[in-house]
Amino acid sequence: MTDTTTEAAGRRTGLTVLAWAWVGLPFAYGVYELFLKLTQLF
Amino acid sequence: MPPAALSVHLAIGQAYAWSVFKPPLESSLQLSGTQSALPFQLGIVMLGLSAAFGGTLVERNGPRWAMFVSMSCFSSGFLLSALGVATGQYWLVVLGYGFVGGIGLGIGYISPVSTLIKWFPDRPGMATGIAIMGFGGGALIASPWSAQMLDSFGATPSGIATTFLVHGVVYAVFMTMGVLLVRVPPDGWRPPGWKPPVIATRRLITTADVSARNAIRTPQFWCLWIVLCFNVTAGIGILEKAAPMITDFFSGTATPVAVGAAAGFVALLSLANMTGRFVWSSTSDLIGRKNMYRVYLGVGALLYLTIAIAGDNSKPLFIVCALGILSFYGGGFATVPAYLKDLFGTYQVGAIHGRLLTAWSTAGVLGPLIINAIADGQKAAGRSGPELYTTSLYIMIGLLVLGFLANELIRPVHDRFHEKVEAK
Repeated sequence: MTDTTTEAAGRRTGLTVLAWAWVGLPFAYGVYELFLKLTQLF
Repeated sequence: MPPAALSVHLAIGQAYAWSVFKPPLESSLQLSGTQSALPFQLGIVMLGLSAAFGGTLVERNGPRWAMFVSMSCFSSGFLLSALGVATGQYWLVVLGYGFVGGIGLGIGYISPVSTLIKWFPDRPGMATGIAIMGFGGGALIASPWSAQMLDSFGATPSGIATTFLVHGVVYAVFMTMGVLLVRVPPDGWRPPGWKPPVIATRRLITTADVSARNAIRTPQFWCLWIVLCFNVTAGIGILEKAAPMITDFFSGTATPVAVGAAAGFVALLSLANMTGRFVWSSTSDLIGRKNMYRVYLGVGALLYLTIAIAGDNSKPLFIVCALGILSFYGGGFATVPAYLKDLFGTYQVGAIHGRLLTAWSTAGVLGPLIINAIADGQKAAGRSGPELYTTSLYIMIGLLVLGFLANELIRPVHDRFHEKVEAK
């Protein structure tokens, strides 16, 4: 029972990390490109 | 839940990056600037209409259905556009990206709102702020990505068609994550350790519910409509003309703004718009929605006044004021779902939000119209520099003051509009 609970919690953490990476990585790329443009202002 | 909402909003936020496609479309299909803007304009009109008329369907069928419809329409829009460019049929691009894709924008925009509010009843401003920040961030991703793809495939009809095709497929895959992950909380769900207030904690926060049909009969809905419309009009006026505006403003000074620097200014405004969505809507959970809008509209008017008075005397002051205005513009969008929840409850907040977004469609026409028409008129009269924009700035101040007054008129919704408990 405890093993099943631990396994489920591990899967849940893995899914959460994957979901945030799914949206976070493209967003980080966008922010990086934005900062490249920003340097032209100053 | 937040990544699910973000996967939809980051995708549909691509709409703000449509301008990347304009020059290649104009040169390869021999279009005018007005013609190449048509898919975007129709898309924004359809966003407002589909959010207004589809809101009740979204409430009835749930967020997964809504995200699936949004994904299908948004990616099909790109695929139809690819076919249109490949065959030289521009009307297919307008129909695909503007009409079909625009439905995807509207349904996708409202799809996670009520679910997020139900998952985070203790911090609704922060929850909707995250999702709506994604809409601002969508253009940050799409703009460089689309430009790089056009560089790779070429700005020819076949290159643009391939770019649209890849966009359609990639956005379908990207949004599918949201469709698969989204979950509605069970009835009565609450965050651990949080107890819903039995009586309203602030005067404007209701513990009752109002249906979408009843909400549009209340003066509160229309006051909020004016608040959103004028706040967006004021922000969009700067946003739409940011690059030429800063160039014109300082053209007569010893340090004029170069094209590259103007692009940097636009990027900075995007960042302010995006961060305002998260920061200010989260702040509204602490100070209350009405106070937050007092800041957006009151301080916003003062920032506009500062720009008008300072003229071309100080570039840093101009930039700081514009950043403040744009952060309030984004904040206004992100705080409004929580304001609606406070006034009308969670019962049909998504549908009510959809109806309120017609204010955005109106502002999308009004803001650019005021700034462009006045600037063109002043230019024709031989004026230059800050004089091109002074009248527009004072009009924006007037609109923000009217919005401020409309916000002051907002009172708790009368009991006669509340749903009876057994009727729900």
